Amino acid sequence: YLPHWNWNCLTTDSQSEKSAVWIMALSRLSSRSNIISRPLSAAFRRSISTDTTPITIETSLPFTAHLCDPPSRSVESSTQELLSFFRTMALMRRMEIAADSLYKAKLIRGFCHLYDGQEAVAIGMEAAITKKDAIITAYRDHCIFLGRGGSLYEVFAELMGRQDGCSRGKGGSMHFYKKDSSFYGGHGIVGAQVPLGCGIAFAQKYSKEEAVTFAMYGDGAANQGQLFEALNISALWDLPSILVCENNHYGMGTAEWRAAKSPSYYKRGDYVPGLKVDGMDAFAVKQACKFAKEHALKNGPIILEMDTYRYHGHSMSDPGSTYRTRDEISGVRQERDPIERIKKLVLSHDLATEKELKDMEKEIRKEVDDAIAKAKDCPMPEPSELFTNVYVKGFGTESFGADRKEVKAALP
Amino acid sequence: MAARIHGGAGAGAATALSTFNPKKLVAPSRTNLPAARSSKRCIVAGGGSDASKSLSVRHSQKLIASAAVATKAETSATTGTGHELLLFEALQEGLEEEMDRDPHVCVMGEDVGHYGGSYKVTKGLADKFGDLRVLDTPICENAFTGMGIGAAMTGLRPVIEGMNMGFLLLAFNQISNNCGMLHYTSGGQFTIPVVIRGPGGVGRQLGAEHSQRLESYFQSIPGIQMVACSTPYNAKGLMKAAIRSENPVILFEHVLLYNLKEKIPDEEYICNLEEAEMVRPGEHITILTYSRMRYHVMQAAKTLVNKGYDPEVIDIRSLKPFDLYTIGNSVKKTHRVLIVEECMRTGGIGASLTAAINENFHDYLDAPVMCLSSQDVPTPYAGTLEEWTVVQPAQIVTAVEQLCQ
Repeated sequence: YLPHWNWNCLTTDSQSEKSAVWIMALSRLSSRSNIISRPLSAAFRRSISTDTTPITIETSLPFTAHLCDPPSRSVESSTQELLSFFRTMALMRRMEIAADSLYKAKLIRGFCHLYDGQEAVAIGMEAAITKKDAIITAYRDHCIFLGRGGSLYEVFAELMGRQDGCSRGKGGSMHFYKKDSSFYGGHGIVGAQVPLGCGIAFAQKYSKEEAVTFAMYGDGAANQGQLFEALNISALWDLPSILVCENNHYGMGTAEWRAAKSPSYYKRGDYVPGLKVDGMDAFAVKQACKFAKEHALKNGPIILEMDTYRYHGHSMSDPGSTYRTRDEISGVRQERDPIERIKKLVLSHDLATEKELKDMEKEIRKEVDDAIAKAKDCPMPEPSELFTNVYVKGFGTESFGADRKEVKAALP
Repeated sequence: MAARIHGGAGAGAATALSTFNPKKLVAPSRTNLPAARSSKRCIVAGGGSDASKSLSVRHSQKLIASAAVATKAETSATTGTGHELLLFEALQEGLEEEMDRDPHVCVMGEDVGHYGGSYKVTKGLADKFGDLRVLDTPICENAFTGMGIGAAMTGLRPVIEGMNMGFLLLAFNQISNNCGMLHYTSGGQFTIPVVIRGPGGVGRQLGAEHSQRLESYFQSIPGIQMVACSTPYNAKGLMKAAIRSENPVILFEHVLLYNLKEKIPDEEYICNLEEAEMVRPGEHITILTYSRMRYHVMQAAKTLVNKGYDPEVIDIRSLKPFDLYTIGNSVKKTHRVLIVEECMRTGGIGASLTAAINENFHDYLDAPVMCLSSQDVPTPYAGTLEEWTVVQPAQIVTAVEQLCQ
């Protein structure tokens, strides 16, 4: 009998179909009893995150496939991965909430599109691929940048327009890039990143790297013509491109049923195979991305539709409640929240105590606060930075400022 | 002008050719090398203090300038051996040499591969280099321009062909936002070494939509370079320089110039992307032009010479940025400027050039800058109407006479 073990957690899960998380930890049965026999006081420190024994987790929902065989619902994972999922997702969530407060405090200006609710997509994708595989996405890019190896400091510095930001303060929220981890941004114009992504896939094929490109877009962008143009070329030339539709059901203020005649985005590829995935389940995402990578390297493009949800509005200027009810938002948060799922999995699987997870969350909060404080101290870019990086190794010509008498800089 | 060649590294116009191997080059003996610019120098804006710097040597360690001093008839005479070819063949030669030299260069466009190119610029390349390097795309300018730019982000050097420049309007978003701005918004992480090329300009009764001059629409995009070729010599040189440049370059060709014949050197050479070409030195008036209008100007120049005028004709070649150095020196000499272009009157290259000259060289002008451009109308189909849309030699003669009174 373990007073900390919350049986209710598990039964509530089983009552709700959508969020049922069935755990089949076959290899852990014996060690479970080990845990039972150990006293579980806070003073006892067992290592909670280094166990790499493989465990199998079943996804909550089956995959729906179009023109291909869906992958199996059993996902290989490990305790370490499970806890790292929790940690990173909690970090992402914390980062986005902090960005929300910074925006309201007017330290972040312009557009700020937050990703909370959709973290499972970023995390699951990272778990399935390497840094050689490229990711390109639209403007909701803070968490993907973090997943690709970006630091919190770079994120906050860039959001606040400081010189240590990942794009030196010149890009802003919608223009995060990380070349060394093959993260190609960060694009403001809806849908324009998909042809770019197919171009990256083309380059990967051209240079014979065994890598794929994940070109991400939203349900709103799924109606852009250039997407289908790029898909046509990818299918023609057998490019290793994977188009990932993060379907959060709203294109800014327009619900998907009002924007698309056919909201089955995974089927929109017509002759291109597609897979529909529960985007709030990090393991389903991981399995789908792994499957997609194998497919793309052999057979060319494939579309993944991630059924996900965003809690915030489209951006910070959108309250998010004029086109959907608060009940809907809180309903999804209660039943499908990706972090809660992992938490329940961890607790019911007894990989960590509730207190340890709370400590982790406190640590994360502190990490985020420290990064923000450090970013606040970072200076703004120098005025001369206005003219740097317009051209590569520029040439000896002039670039004028607003006042032609005063500001004359030669392009570097 | 002084013509010393500087060694040493440094920023400057020539760094666009940083991968260039100087050993392979031979300087044509008729070269006149404009002076160098240091990276901190301000363009002369009528200030006397800068005069000394304006005569300093241009950094050209890796550059072989190719400003033609003589008129086009004499272009390669002094190099002795050379071979004669048509402009589209010169473009093809340049492209082929660059593809041989660098395996990262690839070509994408409609009908560039098996068909050989709608203007034969890519003829034979698909057979030589294969389908992966010379790519026939479906008709989707937005997507394949975007793909070229995406490929360039990873290090490839695509040459994107618009079958007609007018079609690139469909790809304007990709060219403006992604091509021009990515280097800046990524804080310098990504370079986009693409070349976007294609024929534009008013042809022979092609109709309004196929006679567009896109240089005026693209000129405001920060981060791109624009060049316009006009002779086989500079076509090949600019093509090669554009491919080697780390910046996105838009190379404007003209539909009516593809069959121009000229003798070009056998040796490998490159034209400087940011430099203007001195077509005919003179004393009385500076005529600035580019692309097809160069020939109208030269035709008018013959008439003008007979009438006793001595026009200085400069083919500006670099549409963005303007070679204010060459232009400025010319203005200081002649004190009168006439711009002859094929762009529309409103918001064209001539309009920007007029503004730039007025701002920078106002003190040197004896007469207002005159700009002859095409009429602000969609190009009509009827032959006579089409003729009146663009600037004709007779109009140029009249304008010069008016300015030189």
